[in-house]
Amino acid sequence: MKIAVCIKRVPDMDVRFKIAPSGTAVDETGLKFDISDFDGYAVEAALQIKEKLNAGEVVVISLGGDVVQETLRKAMSMGADRAVQLKADGTHVDSFAIASALAAELKDGGYDLIMFGRMSIDTAHGVTGAIVAELLGLPCVNAISKLEFDGRTAKMRRELEGAYELVECALPAVVTIDEGIARPRYPSLKGIMAAKKKPLESKPAQLPAARLSLDALALPPERAAGRIIGEGTAAVPELVRLLKEEAKVL
Amino acid sequence: MSAHVLAFAESRGGELRRAALEAITAARRIADARGGQVHAILFGAPGIGAHAAALGAHGADRVLVVEHAGFAHNNPEAVAATIAAKMSGYGAFVATASATGKDVAPRVAATLQVPMAADATAFEVKGEAITVTHPGYTGKILQSLTLTASPAILSVRAGAYLPVANAKAGEVEAMAPVADPAASRVRVTETAAGNTAKLDLGEAPVIVSGGRGLKEAANFSLVEALAAAFGNAAVGATRAVTDDGWRPHADQIGQTGRLVSPDLYIACGISGAIQHLAGMRTAKTIVAINKDKEAPIFKVADYGVVGDVLEILPVLTEAVRRAKAS
Ligand SMILES: Cc1cc2nc3c(=O)[nH]c(=O)nc-3n(C[C@H](O)[C@H](O)[C@H](O)COP(=O)(O)OP(=O)(O)OC[C@H]3O[C@@H](n4cnc5c(N)ncnc54)[C@H](O)[C@@H]3O)c2cc1C
Ligand SMILES: Nc1ncnc2c1ncn2[C@@H]1O[C@H](COP(=O)(O)O)[C@@H](O)[C@H]1O
Repeated sequence: MKIAVCIKRVPDMDVRFKIAPSGTAVDETGLKFDISDFDGYAVEAALQIKEKLNAGEVVVISLGGDVVQETLRKAMSMGADRAVQLKADGTHVDSFAIASALAAELKDGGYDLIMFGRMSIDTAHGVTGAIVAELLGLPCVNAISKLEFDGRTAKMRRELEGAYELVECALPAVVTIDEGIARPRYPSLKGIMAAKKKPLESKPAQLPAARLSLDALALPPERAAGRIIGEGTAAVPELVRLLKEEAKVL
Repeated sequence: MSAHVLAFAESRGGELRRAALEAITAARRIADARGGQVHAILFGAPGIGAHAAALGAHGADRVLVVEHAGFAHNNPEAVAATIAAKMSGYGAFVATASATGKDVAPRVAATLQVPMAADATAFEVKGEAITVTHPGYTGKILQSLTLTASPAILSVRAGAYLPVANAKAGEVEAMAPVADPAASRVRVTETAAGNTAKLDLGEAPVIVSGGRGLKEAANFSLVEALAAAFGNAAVGATRAVTDDGWRPHADQIGQTGRLVSPDLYIACGISGAIQHLAGMRTAKTIVAINKDKEAPIFKVADYGVVGDVLEILPVLTEAVRRAKAS
């Protein structure tokens, strides 16, 4: 099976972000970057399929500046066979434009399965996979938490609010990955060495003009510092009083 | 550009979802700013049209009813194709960013070759353009984005635009699907309830959430009891708990789970890891019960109680029950 996984480079979220003087970018000083959470799950799922079938190829694709090469190498050190950088400098927020560029690369790739994260953890639109599928005329299953194959039929589970669906679809298809499917492995030392020699192709992204623009970034209002109202069951009456009189939720 | 707005009236299993009414509320903001009408589009198995009146009562001037046996289950391909084909008469399409709305909206946008603004917590109509606020970076950064494409395709976060009584004509127009639902390439073989909670996490005004501090799965009965005492509460969980299979993955709140903004969030035996906070830090009031007074959850909790959650929960449940009764 030939599998493509679209991966995005995102900052580690475990920090206090600052906004750059431009007002439209995050101050990247001191930030660490990695594969976006759900995209990491997708890479792992793709590798497991390849290992199970003991055949096929896993290609990772990322759109961005040259910094994404590091992200692509990381995926190759996990086990992906080769990588494609769709080179585009600057910030891009128009998912339709990004999806168009990804679709242009994927179109003639002969992929059986094209995988995305269900949403990127930074811009968090959650739309790119479905748009690519539509542009390629492929069926799409969004936010899957299980994936199995019965020959050329993919069998999947999708989480809904308070419910789930079991769905089926013939390949080729596009899927977007939710948590639950696989935890990404850590690259082994051997994997890291091997990744250095794996092919990484870089080509300009065919990005159409953006019709969704980023005006500004802002930090949400800070929560007031928390307060501890008491210890043990003795604090319960005061808690209930506050919920009733102050928070007015009772 | 048409001033009319089409709203996605989501249903599941023959019932309307609150998401349907929220989409109409949001759509009204656009239509009212532009002097247009709101039409709601409702898909379902034959009989779904009975819900048209409820849509009219919440702001729909017209309800397009698309009944077909193939819509007994989710069918995003046929739904999106039908919506896209209808969009020539509308300047905007609004869905709620629920699991189903998130599945449908980008397909509509792609079919029409336009971008979309996803998961807005607020928006402003500025003539032909719409500027949205969209939380990103696990809720740590608010992005302000302007959509200039026409039609404007928008999804709004669940809970951001609450249903309001707003009686409109709700005139019913029956419509056939544009694509044969039976021909969709993706087939739903089963839809099943994933958790027993009657109220969905995205809709509940109160969420009682449990973490590893509950010690074992059986102790979630204490969490369930507190939720029941509130009467309007859903039960959530941390990843530590869903990983161990104490609760279904669908109950997980956080960076890789559900993002929720209830009026009240009660964290029981939850440390307050950054990935968990990412999913609930926008709750209006946060209560934390944890035996470790240094637990990070206390930094965001409006009201913290230090102590053993297994002892405190029954007492709190009883007190809430009494407060509710009085
Ligand atoms: C990429 C990634 C994504 C993640 N996504 C999520 C996510 O979406 N959601 C999520 O929740 N987590 C997520 N996590 C996991 C997260 O980092 C934490 O591990 C998890 O939230 C911890 O859950 P917990 O608070 O239940 O458990 P713990 O961190 O083990 O905390 C248990 C708490 O219970 C307290 N306690 C123990 N006994 C008692 C008692 N008797 N009475 C009162 N208090 C008691 C302890 O003091 C402690 O604070 C993610 C992690 C990663 C790496
Ligand atoms: N710049 C990018 N390069 C490669 N893949 C991307 C990029 N942006 C988004 N994606 C993919 O699309 C998914 C959804 O992104 P989004 O719609 O931005 O939430 C991500 O999880 C990735 O799989």
